[in-house]
Amino acid sequence: MYIIVSLAILVTMALALVRALLGPSVYDRVLAVNMFGTKTALLLSVVAFLYGRPDFLDLALAYALINFVGVLAVLEFIQKRSATREAEESGSAGHD
Amino acid sequence: MIDILSWILLVLGGGFVFVGGVGALRLPNFYTRMHAASLTDTMGTILILAGIMLQAGWSLATIKLIAILVFLLLTGPTATYALANAALLSGLKPDAGRTGDSRDRNEEDGRDNGQGDKP
Amino acid sequence: MTGSSNRPASILALCLILVTAWLLWSGIYKPLLLGLGTFSCILSVYVAYRLGFFRDSSGLHVIPRLPRYWGWLMPEIVRSSIDVARIVLDPKLPISPTVVEFEAAPKGPVGQAILGNAITLSPGTVTLDVYDGRLRVHCLTREGAESLLSGDANRRAADLTIH
Repeated sequence: MYIIVSLAILVTMALALVRALLGPSVYDRVLAVNMFGTKTALLLSVVAFLYGRPDFLDLALAYALINFVGVLAVLEFIQKRSATREAEESGSAGHD
Repeated sequence: MIDILSWILLVLGGGFVFVGGVGALRLPNFYTRMHAASLTDTMGTILILAGIMLQAGWSLATIKLIAILVFLLLTGPTATYALANAALLSGLKPDAGRTGDSRDRNEEDGRDNGQGDKP
Repeated sequence: MTGSSNRPASILALCLILVTAWLLWSGIYKPLLLGLGTFSCILSVYVAYRLGFFRDSSGLHVIPRLPRYWGWLMPEIVRSSIDVARIVLDPKLPISPTVVEFEAAPKGPVGQAILGNAITLSPGTVTLDVYDGRLRVHCLTREGAESLLSGDANRRAADLTIH
């Protein structure tokens, strides 16, 4: 029964990966990567019981933490980069 | 009995996660895709972790699972809000109706949707 | 929002959470590890203090009322999850994306954060912006937007944080 659930999660991770590759905007990619990360945490907790190794739960929690901080860091980076780019091109580019 | 209940929860959770993944591919633009991601983040997470918790019984593993659940439910909306707000501030238009990504950025207005739908 | 008067209580609550987490996850009760735990707890509280974690009014008085709120939120989440799943699986994809803006009933940052998180948590509605006491919410369907504007979620979050 765990195998079915882990397969469902794996397929969803693959779909999220496809979305991350397709884009088209950078926010779609970040959304897909965030989804991929939370599904990894879920998959780790399922795998912990599939193989009977409860120490995987700690990894799941650590992965959830890293994923959250990572997504916020990427967003911060994107916003700062687009702000500086707008300042550089001031007015010439206009609204996309 | 508990076994059957936890299996039902696990399979339902797997189903919701899969539907969310399909939705992330099928839905036409960024803001609608966020709803699909939120589907996997809340319902899938709650159901799958609840199913595992029933299998674990009362042990340290259950407490850790509760911690993971609470953490995912706290950070999920926060990350989604940060993402949505960043996209909004960058000028991605949220009000395009059913159009796909390629078109909805060129059309600034002219759609009958609820931008002015104030209470 | 009583400001600084409940600051010791929130510092104590954070300490309690950190110590419990350390004791649960470490599982080894030797003097060296307990000392390291004490050190890291104190360090975390200090860093949180420097970050301004205790500067604003705390949301401690909300905690006893949370179970009832969750008891209301859970069925809502289940209902809207089934709705969104049905929409995604429908071959015609019957979505009608709508953006609504409304006044947040709870005043103060804690209540608005809880309201925004609850809206984002239920599939089909995502909070886009919280600014100046107003919320901007993106809804997947027009029906979802209408049920949001009927104000039940808003009122319950306000009840949660009222003194």
